[in-house]
Amino acid sequence: MTEFLQHLVNGVSLGTIYALIALGYTMVYGVLKLINFAHGDVYMAAAYAGFYIATALDVRTHPTVGKAVAVFVGSMVFAGALGWAIERFAYRPLRNRPRLATLITAIGVSFLLEYGFQLPSLQSQGRTFEEMLRGWGWTVPGWLDAAIGFLPASFPPGPTPRFFPEPFVRVDWTVLGGVHVSNYDVVSFLVAVAFMLGLQWIVYRTRFGMAMRAVSFDSKVAGLMGIPVNRVIATTFVLGSVLAAVAALLVAGSRPRIDPIMGLMPGLKAFVAAVFGGIGNVPGAMLGGIVLGLAEEMVAGYALSSFRDGIAFAILILMLLVRPEGLLGRVTVEKV
Amino acid sequence: MRRARLVLRSGAPFLVALPLLWLLQGALPQYYSFVFVNIAVNVILAVSLNVVNGFTGQFSIGHAAFMAVGAYTAALVTTGMESFQIAGLPLPASDAVVFFLAIVAGMAAASLAGLLVGIPSLRLRGDYLAIVTLGFGEIIRVIIENTKVLGQATGISGLPPFTNVVWAGMGIVATVVMARRLLLSTQGRALLAIREDEVAAEAMGVDTVGWKVRAFVISAAFAGLAGVLLVHKIQLVTPRMFTFVKSMEVVVMVVLGGMGSITGSIVAATLLTVALESLQAADQYRMVIFSLLLIVLMLTRPSGLFGTREIWDAVPRWMRRRADGGKP
Amino acid sequence: MRAVRAVALLAASLAAVACQSKKPEAEAPAKSAVAPAPSGDKILVGHVGSMTGSEATFGQSTDNGIRLAIEQWNAKGGVKGKPISLRTYDSQGKPEEAAVAATRLIVNDKVNLLLGEVASSRSLAMAPVADANGTPMITPSSTNPRVTKDKDKVRPYVFRVCFIDPFQGTVMAKFAREKLKIDKVAILRDVGNDYSMGLADYFLAKFKELGGTVVDDQSYKAGDQDFKAQLTAIKNRNPQAVYVPGYYTDVALIARQARELGMKQPLLGGDGWDSAKLYEIGGKAIEGSFYSNHYSPDDPSPRIQEFVKAYQVRFGGVPDGLAAQGYDAAMVGFDAMSRAADGSGAAVRDAIAATKGYPGVTGIITIDQNHDAVKPAVVLEVKDGKSVFVSTVNP
Repeated sequence: MTEFLQHLVNGVSLGTIYALIALGYTMVYGVLKLINFAHGDVYMAAAYAGFYIATALDVRTHPTVGKAVAVFVGSMVFAGALGWAIERFAYRPLRNRPRLATLITAIGVSFLLEYGFQLPSLQSQGRTFEEMLRGWGWTVPGWLDAAIGFLPASFPPGPTPRFFPEPFVRVDWTVLGGVHVSNYDVVSFLVAVAFMLGLQWIVYRTRFGMAMRAVSFDSKVAGLMGIPVNRVIATTFVLGSVLAAVAALLVAGSRPRIDPIMGLMPGLKAFVAAVFGGIGNVPGAMLGGIVLGLAEEMVAGYALSSFRDGIAFAILILMLLVRPEGLLGRVTVEKV
Repeated sequence: MRRARLVLRSGAPFLVALPLLWLLQGALPQYYSFVFVNIAVNVILAVSLNVVNGFTGQFSIGHAAFMAVGAYTAALVTTGMESFQIAGLPLPASDAVVFFLAIVAGMAAASLAGLLVGIPSLRLRGDYLAIVTLGFGEIIRVIIENTKVLGQATGISGLPPFTNVVWAGMGIVATVVMARRLLLSTQGRALLAIREDEVAAEAMGVDTVGWKVRAFVISAAFAGLAGVLLVHKIQLVTPRMFTFVKSMEVVVMVVLGGMGSITGSIVAATLLTVALESLQAADQYRMVIFSLLLIVLMLTRPSGLFGTREIWDAVPRWMRRRADGGKP
Repeated sequence: MRAVRAVALLAASLAAVACQSKKPEAEAPAKSAVAPAPSGDKILVGHVGSMTGSEATFGQSTDNGIRLAIEQWNAKGGVKGKPISLRTYDSQGKPEEAAVAATRLIVNDKVNLLLGEVASSRSLAMAPVADANGTPMITPSSTNPRVTKDKDKVRPYVFRVCFIDPFQGTVMAKFAREKLKIDKVAILRDVGNDYSMGLADYFLAKFKELGGTVVDDQSYKAGDQDFKAQLTAIKNRNPQAVYVPGYYTDVALIARQARELGMKQPLLGGDGWDSAKLYEIGGKAIEGSFYSNHYSPDDPSPRIQEFVKAYQVRFGGVPDGLAAQGYDAAMVGFDAMSRAADGSGAAVRDAIAATKGYPGVTGIITIDQNHDAVKPAVVLEVKDGKSVFVSTVNP
């Protein structure tokens, strides 16, 4: 029995992370009808932003609440800015083109982030460049050498995984005779629920939310009605990215290893969660995330753990065949 | 008479190419024949993906999985028949027959995989189709990694080195002839109609789902061919060779060349393969360059290098213009 | 219909090919079985390693070890008076890239010796190229038996200076049964990694042979961040230890999560654990766990300490097992070259095969008839944030 309860706890803990990322997917899809493939990589970039801030503030040896807050806020700000930039420069120019073009661009951005972060640091790239020049028989001018010394020595971080220092101290409790829960699990869950409720409130109880719904219904007409479509879309992206940042820090804090491709799988699985719950639907994303987390946990724990990743895709395919609008989604009819 | 001409037009490229490839094989030093095989594999992949992405306008990003199915099937055939020799034939001829059987088996298995993946997926549109093809790609890989017969993560090694310049070149010819014939046929028109406006095509009586599945199956078969050729050059097949990243590399080639242009796919695949070979020192930048290329392409010239034009249409067009007495 | 016709035509013309194809490749080994003797007075060594990708540290460490060996030999005047230089190509962690890189090194750059790779799947891709062109190849760290043996035939030009998986898995099984007196063990393997799968299988076989029971066999995928499902299942079966033959990146997280679930059993592993990051990411969770490795930098033997010091001076930081292996592979190669009758591939190959009792930093290396190195393994324990030598296990 304790094993089952432990699996339950693990599954919900896993699911809340998927839920947080899925919320971002679902909002962007709701507004733009675009699968933002790069969302998982914004999550990854936010984890690294948190890593750099934490390293600069020396959180590892002297953690304080203030520093933890700084790490969170800094990472959220960075993620928001990154999300805004991606939308502004990669997606907005393609707004009137067929959706496929934007999807391809999204994949391009995703790969750019993943592989860009795997490059050696700019300074070491500069030094390799110097070696190359010397190999060709040229001498490296002094100013170039000095300039390279100013390049960041630890960005991009390279493919080696890094250790992420805990932003706040981990506390483990043993409840119900043998089930282990940590404060990170509880906080993740509460944060996810809070964000879900907050987003629901924004979308259905504020003017901005009404604008979002209008844009998702018909962006051209919404623009004619005086809604600042660009601003609404940009804000949606920023919101989604901020949520991804929160998810990233909670994950990095409790599973303290980050690497440049850490966003690929969680991103895909969160997308499956969003589709499962009904893409475009906020509570659906939450529900989808939890269900997916539990499904993955139960399959891996009780059945074949080697098929763990396959479960998410199997659920996706099943869902799209049986009920493509998701559990809580509405059926849309394609009009000619 | 028409049939005979058609047969000739389909068959002529093979007969012309065969002696040329033989000469090439004799002339090319070993390293360049390796590069040629790489180019051939990428060209076959790009042209076959173009049938789905370009002609039919569907977005499939799980192409590498069909490669894997073809490659593994052929590997099982060649390793299984390794000690056999066809009675009455000298060893090289026997090997060639075995390889041909392996290719046929690989392509058949890949087509079957294409059918299994296509039937459920091709009811979906656009983004969803893309994600589902991605998902199937990953599922196939997971299955391979869990199957003992296929060597799981270690794969199958010690495959006989059957692929050479002649086989690879004939593979290219077969794929290009297939694509061109398909494009010019009635069936090809159905695919183009689906690309232009699926709802209208359905309304006009085109069996959209049926044709999409058929395009998928053909595309998968030739991806299988590419897989067979590749693994019999490096003599090894592992699941990690067929990831989502590989699928995306093929997508980049198709997009760069122009979705819908066979010439474009050939040129883009050749360019990119050669460029990567010469950029050996900048290997870690490869994917970064790929992704930047993709983004810049979509922002500036989404139709790619050739759009939907073909190089062999340029000559008739030019001749027509001359016949009309200068610029119209 | 058209497609069918095209295929039929393909069949017809391919049959034409079939009747007359020559197969130049088949003749190539006979022609170039004797690789060209080093042109001029320089020796070129080729190294294929994963310099990028998730296993970049493996390739980079190996490269460092090779470089150190080359510099030391060059300081003594090179091999038979000829200076040695190195060319390294990146396999990006992919087997097909390793094959291309090996071909480039052998055919284009005409290297005299090929070193690499760390992962067996990539060495497997390189081996046929070395054999076909008659260039001796030494892999520093590939432990899968198939790298040197193609079915039952020993590959003529491929050697290794490390032990093989059957031995390593056995080492840990014996250690667990005899030293730690463990009866029940669970296995957690990386299903996407042939190294991990191989080691797990050999460990399983030996452990059962020695009378132990394997209570659970779970899998994960490299790069996973959450292992709690598998660990909870394992915990419920109450093993006395868990064998995790994976790479350090995942093992560190697995250890943490195991402790978070209240599991107190020690973890056991293989040489994939070898990295400074294991302690950094694993922290207290990895303390008290054991793993088999090729060498221990704490070994007081002067030969090893000299190597450690030289490496620290040149590259900074203590050399890990991969650097030591790379160093030994290069050293064995150069030693063979200096003993070889001439510079041809066949002569060097014979000299490598005749290596007996070579004092490497990863043990006394003797190449057996399967082109594998017969040497002991060490078992290390993680204590106070580093690895401490526990015992040596001889083959």
